[in-house]
Amino acid sequence: INHIVHNGGLYKRPFNEAFEETPMLVAVLTYVGYGVLTLFGYLRDFMRQWKIEKCQNATEREEQKDFVPLYQDFENFYNRNLYMRIRDSWNRPICSVPGAKVDMMERVSHDYNWTFTYTGRVIKGIINMGSYNYLGFAQKSGACQEAAAKVLSQYGAGVCSTRQEMGNLDKHEELEKLVARFLGVESAMAYGMGFATNSMNIPALVGKGCLILSDELNHASLVLGARLSGATIRIFKHNNMQSLEKLLKDAIVHGQPRTRRPWKKILILVEGIYSMEGSIVRLPEVIALKKKYKSYLYLDEAHSIGALGPNGRGVVEYFGLSPEDVDVMMGTFTKSFGAAGGYIGGKKELIDYLRTYSHSAVYATSMSPPVVEQIITSVKCIMGEDGTTVGEARVQQLAENTRYFRRRLKEMGFIIYGNEDSPVVPLMLYMPAKIGAFGREMLKRNIGVVVVGFPATPIIESRARFCLSAAHTKEMLDTALKEINEVGDLLQLKYSRRRLVPLLDRPFDETTYEETED
Amino acid sequence: AAGVGQQWVLVEMVQAFYEAPAYHLILEGILILWIIRLLFSKTYKLQERSDLTLKEKEELIEEWQPEPLVPPVPKDHPALNYNIVSGPPTHIITVNGKECINFASFNFLGLLNNEKVKSAAQASLKKYGVGTCGPRGFYGTFDVHLELEERLAKFMRTEEAIIYSYGFATIASAIPAYSKRGDIVFVDEAACFAIQKGLQASRSNIKLFKHNDMADLERLLKEQETEDQKNPRKARVTRRFIVVEGLYMNTGDICPLPELIKLKYKYKVRIFLEESLSFGVLGEHGRGITEHFGINIDDIDLISANMENSLASIGGFCCGRSFIIDHQRLSGQGYCFSASLPPLLAAAAIEALNIMEDNPDIFQTLRAKCERIHKALQGIYGLKVVGESFSPALHLQLEESYGSRENDVKLLKRVVDYCMNSGIALTQARYLEKEEKCLPPPSIRVVVTVEQTEQELDKAASLLKEAAQSVLN
Repeated sequence: INHIVHNGGLYKRPFNEAFEETPMLVAVLTYVGYGVLTLFGYLRDFMRQWKIEKCQNATEREEQKDFVPLYQDFENFYNRNLYMRIRDSWNRPICSVPGAKVDMMERVSHDYNWTFTYTGRVIKGIINMGSYNYLGFAQKSGACQEAAAKVLSQYGAGVCSTRQEMGNLDKHEELEKLVARFLGVESAMAYGMGFATNSMNIPALVGKGCLILSDELNHASLVLGARLSGATIRIFKHNNMQSLEKLLKDAIVHGQPRTRRPWKKILILVEGIYSMEGSIVRLPEVIALKKKYKSYLYLDEAHSIGALGPNGRGVVEYFGLSPEDVDVMMGTFTKSFGAAGGYIGGKKELIDYLRTYSHSAVYATSMSPPVVEQIITSVKCIMGEDGTTVGEARVQQLAENTRYFRRRLKEMGFIIYGNEDSPVVPLMLYMPAKIGAFGREMLKRNIGVVVVGFPATPIIESRARFCLSAAHTKEMLDTALKEINEVGDLLQLKYSRRRLVPLLDRPFDETTYEETED
Repeated sequence: AAGVGQQWVLVEMVQAFYEAPAYHLILEGILILWIIRLLFSKTYKLQERSDLTLKEKEELIEEWQPEPLVPPVPKDHPALNYNIVSGPPTHIITVNGKECINFASFNFLGLLNNEKVKSAAQASLKKYGVGTCGPRGFYGTFDVHLELEERLAKFMRTEEAIIYSYGFATIASAIPAYSKRGDIVFVDEAACFAIQKGLQASRSNIKLFKHNDMADLERLLKEQETEDQKNPRKARVTRRFIVVEGLYMNTGDICPLPELIKLKYKYKVRIFLEESLSFGVLGEHGRGITEHFGINIDDIDLISANMENSLASIGGFCCGRSFIIDHQRLSGQGYCFSASLPPLLAAAAIEALNIMEDNPDIFQTLRAKCERIHKALQGIYGLKVVGESFSPALHLQLEESYGSRENDVKLLKRVVDYCMNSGIALTQARYLEKEEKCLPPPSIRVVVTVEQTEQELDKAASLLKEAAQSVLN
């Protein structure tokens, strides 16, 4: 399905999103593959139970053998028999800064991935297409690192207290003012962990008697926050505005189930960029709906802050909207700023309320000072306040890299999901064997990729996910594309039925954002 | 011949018709009519309540007014105005512009300002930068993380350890990884908020027992046993856990671990121990409450602690046998779906661990200081000391309430302000009043660190006596 939407002037630029349908033969073969794996899984479990094969997982203590078993056998079936076979594609240990090129510690397994041993060798110079380093701030030298080093020697690494007790440093206040200015909101508050920002603040905003409308493919932190709040949760189809409108209408007209009381408030949870699909939220339409039905919008910009928009201000700037329309702007500092933590921005009343009632402010330790300094320096760099144009150049470079990479992959004939402008590029693999094969083949050719399968994605839609970075030069991208082409031919991954005619390579200039795609 | 055969069958059928009893035919007839009716009737919608016309629906949508997103917070709310600390929160701390001696940060071993720790963190910063740009599964596993996990496991003498990037998330992700809907968890009333959130996320049956009351816990266990005998099939698959803290944050006392171990084997319940305050404080080498009581560490199923108190870093860890810890690598939400700990903080934690291993006498020093101040704070007019004599995090509560909680909080704030103006930095213990299951009474938190000298401890005690006299009299 291909959406090129203009929607009566709500969108100021074409919204190009595509999720090509799975070819029928591929779907059938994928199911067959999983069927064969399951059968073999049962066979191996049987052999392990009857001691024909040695059981290699850790087992319960002798003294506790008559306790109720901690794990159900079936829960671990997938883990033991499918995940274990391709376990070497994940948790790869690295030993250098996670920039555009990374050094990995080599590890081998002599017993089919049950245990790993490190050979001691380090594979140097692997092109890193897996780390969330959108603007290239993961650096071990430069202005950010120097500032962080200075603050580290002055303040130390930890804080040992919560925000409300003795942990509120002047650095935190400086950071929050800067973030508020960056986003264009009245005020902001920062937290030590992005996951915890969602799971600890959504319960503070909504409670019983409220309604949460959450996208199908929302991140685990949003789902956990929604569950912990105690509000009623209803799910609308991914990025589908008709589904959302129907839910909103039904909710207001019929009220709470059974008692028919009106809802106290309605909160819509969406993300800026969905990291598994590479799709961008239809923000103009969501805001129009939110205004019409008087509900509140919680926007999680974990992947889109810094990565979208002509000045890196996120998905709100990308669509040319005003940040005042979004009630709660949440985001993380892990991806585009090379640090750790999360923030929430919004009106002053909202932030004052969160300072008083957020779980994190009362019970969790505040952010570490050198990390805060890294964020301050990188935000200033993106805004151009450090006196250079480095920030602007990086934002442009990321946009160029995104368009180039996606276009070349589509031309080669792979199925790529998601929006044209999103720096997260999922490439479909489908079959379980190809998940492991793709990861290993790319590593042999010195390119590090991330592959994802069940349960993070639907069972037949396993994919490889590339995260582009402003630190990737055109040469690195070309090398990567050449290798992907080779591996794609080797593993027969070019499923796409549509062929794009290659455009003449024209140089990108500052008008990248004004031009429309032909 | 076929035609004749067919005709003959038909004749048989017609004969059967005539010979069948009447009620049989009537019954069959009614059934056939009923089937025809069902086939042709309209599908029956269970929730058919759209008697509203389009216009009425639009009116309802127009009229509906939601509550404001957040209620307004009064400007003088005690939790709204934070203390601003300029500079590092070390032994001498500058709060709101005034230099004080720090009795409020959980810097028990004084490692926040330690030069060796800072230089280890600096070296790591030069090698790795600040952030890890990814979760553990996707190129976010650094060799520092692996080293820290190994070191922690070796220090605590367990098989394996797993680290999290946020202290609160450690126990809040560990509990739901094992305990699911239908399982039973026995938890102490005074458990900290992180444990409460972990239990809420797990959706299990929670049974609270009175703080440190083993008789109450045994009663609950016995009740559960009788329930099990009624339904043994269900009992065979219901997991049971006891969650306790080594040194309770809310009350400053320790849990009776030997009795808990006895109950564990008697009633076949697993124990999860939260050691945020006791790690690096109790025990001869700082290994926590298991070393303090001399218990075999394998008897505890899971030990969870955060690295933000004694280790003066950020994050948390869980340790135990591989059988238990390895499960969290795929089902601990705070581990799988969150970026890993920045390497400079992991390096700081490793160096702090080195210092702990090389100087085992600091634990004895810390305990001596705790005893000293515990004794010195006895007998203050209007305030009572809550906590064990060797606990470095004490509470000072009002002997009797002055009306409402709000009044109590205001009075304690005046005591704290008096002390801050005279050079001792203290803070009130903060809680979310509406969210806690068992809200502790308002109190002043007094934290003892190894860096405080004896004069400073005595000064703090006498200042508190003065403050209490002047405010509460």
